[in-house]
Amino acid sequence: MPVVGHQPPPFFKRGPAPLARLVFFVVLSLALLVLDLKYRTLELARQGVATVLYPLQRAAYAPVDLYEQLDGYFSSLSAVQQENVLLKRKEVESAKWLLRQEHLELENQRLRQLLDMKARQPVSSTLADIIHAARDPFSRRVIVDKGSQQGIVAGQAVVDEAGVLGQVTRVYPMQSEVTLVTDKNQAVPVQVVRNGLRTVLFGASDGQLELRFLAANADIRPDDQLVTSGLDGVYLPGLPVAKVLRVDRDAAYSFARIVCEPAAGVEKHGQVLLLGLREALQQQVEESGTRDKPAKAKRGRKRDE
Amino acid sequence: MNIQPTHSSRRILLPVRQWFILFSLAVAFFLDLVPFGNAIGVPDWVALVLAFWSVREPLRLGMGTAFVIGLMMDVASGSVMGQHPLAYLLLSYAAGGLSRRILWFPLVQQALHILLLLLATQLVMVITRLLGGADFPGWGYFLGSFSGALLWFPLTFVLLLPQYQPLEKDENRPI
Repeated sequence: MPVVGHQPPPFFKRGPAPLARLVFFVVLSLALLVLDLKYRTLELARQGVATVLYPLQRAAYAPVDLYEQLDGYFSSLSAVQQENVLLKRKEVESAKWLLRQEHLELENQRLRQLLDMKARQPVSSTLADIIHAARDPFSRRVIVDKGSQQGIVAGQAVVDEAGVLGQVTRVYPMQSEVTLVTDKNQAVPVQVVRNGLRTVLFGASDGQLELRFLAANADIRPDDQLVTSGLDGVYLPGLPVAKVLRVDRDAAYSFARIVCEPAAGVEKHGQVLLLGLREALQQQVEESGTRDKPAKAKRGRKRDE
Repeated sequence: MNIQPTHSSRRILLPVRQWFILFSLAVAFFLDLVPFGNAIGVPDWVALVLAFWSVREPLRLGMGTAFVIGLMMDVASGSVMGQHPLAYLLLSYAAGGLSRRILWFPLVQQALHILLLLLATQLVMVITRLLGGADFPGWGYFLGSFSGALLWFPLTFVLLLPQYQPLEKDENRPI
């Protein structure tokens, strides 16, 4: 019985109606979504929460860790011996390169001095273990066990023994997040070894890579090796990234569809190397310009990036 | 005292304790942190437990809880901030609204309802991320909802266990 101007007091205190609460919180989370996707201003909050959650995450990793240890313990001896033999052979095979490398580096330095060119930057690196793949199924990322406490910063390139694995995109105090080259939003500037053609490599959805926006008549063939061009100032030039798997030239489209396979053991667990950031981008661009004279001369008639 | 509103059981349950709701959510969050890599069919434990308490106790589980645990999931899984809160809020609201209806059914049909709710939750996340420019994770992603719905039976038993215990032990009591 409503009296004019007065509502009867509620029997039970339950706060605002569920729908009102829902709308309030949905608007809040939409605001968070926009802030994070468009402006990326929530990194500090994320770091704070992640630091608090870190011990919990380590604890949650314990069962998986235990399983892996047991698995390793019970893996047959013969497999380990086989691997050992293989590794020894590999070591001998690579010895000829390694033994000469020091000599070649010294020679290179001397020649560079003679030519009055800037010396190549020495690169620092940190060894890290991939702990696990990130839970987010919408992107290709892994978590490694080195973070800002070990001097890791966002933007560092990550390589394994076979080639480029990806790039550090988010750093927490004790661990960091590496976006793999196979992620859809990850781009790597590359160069074809055979002819110096420069372009950009993108991730494709199924663990493969794709060269987009390359003209249908571009000089590229299956089995071409792609290495980093170093134009981005992130990756050192000459690191292997991928191998061309197949090239579909469809006359209906102006671009060729080029599918590549990553060189590194992407999406496998193991040890990786986080390369230090390259300093002084300006110098590097200038240097790579002088060094790649032949490639540059060719570039006149070819698409660049 | 709280009469379980199903057509098959007239069992009287003890009232739920607030700390047990939060504790079960914390355990679910911990289970979600266990890294399964890219294995498909791993259920989203937090969504499942959240749905359970939203169906059982719509008045006890606030939207604020769903929001906060969603944010924690966002950070822990490295996804976009706001993705999990949005999905969990809608799940919690829908499950709370359907609570009286769902509880009327036997467990199999309850699980079917939950399956739809969990699928809708995942769909919200997929749409959010696709709008944000991410990649479609493949149809295997939705398998997690099916395993979650299968877990509805053991979950009901485990989470209601504290409420089945009598206050004082009495061998001769009829209920």
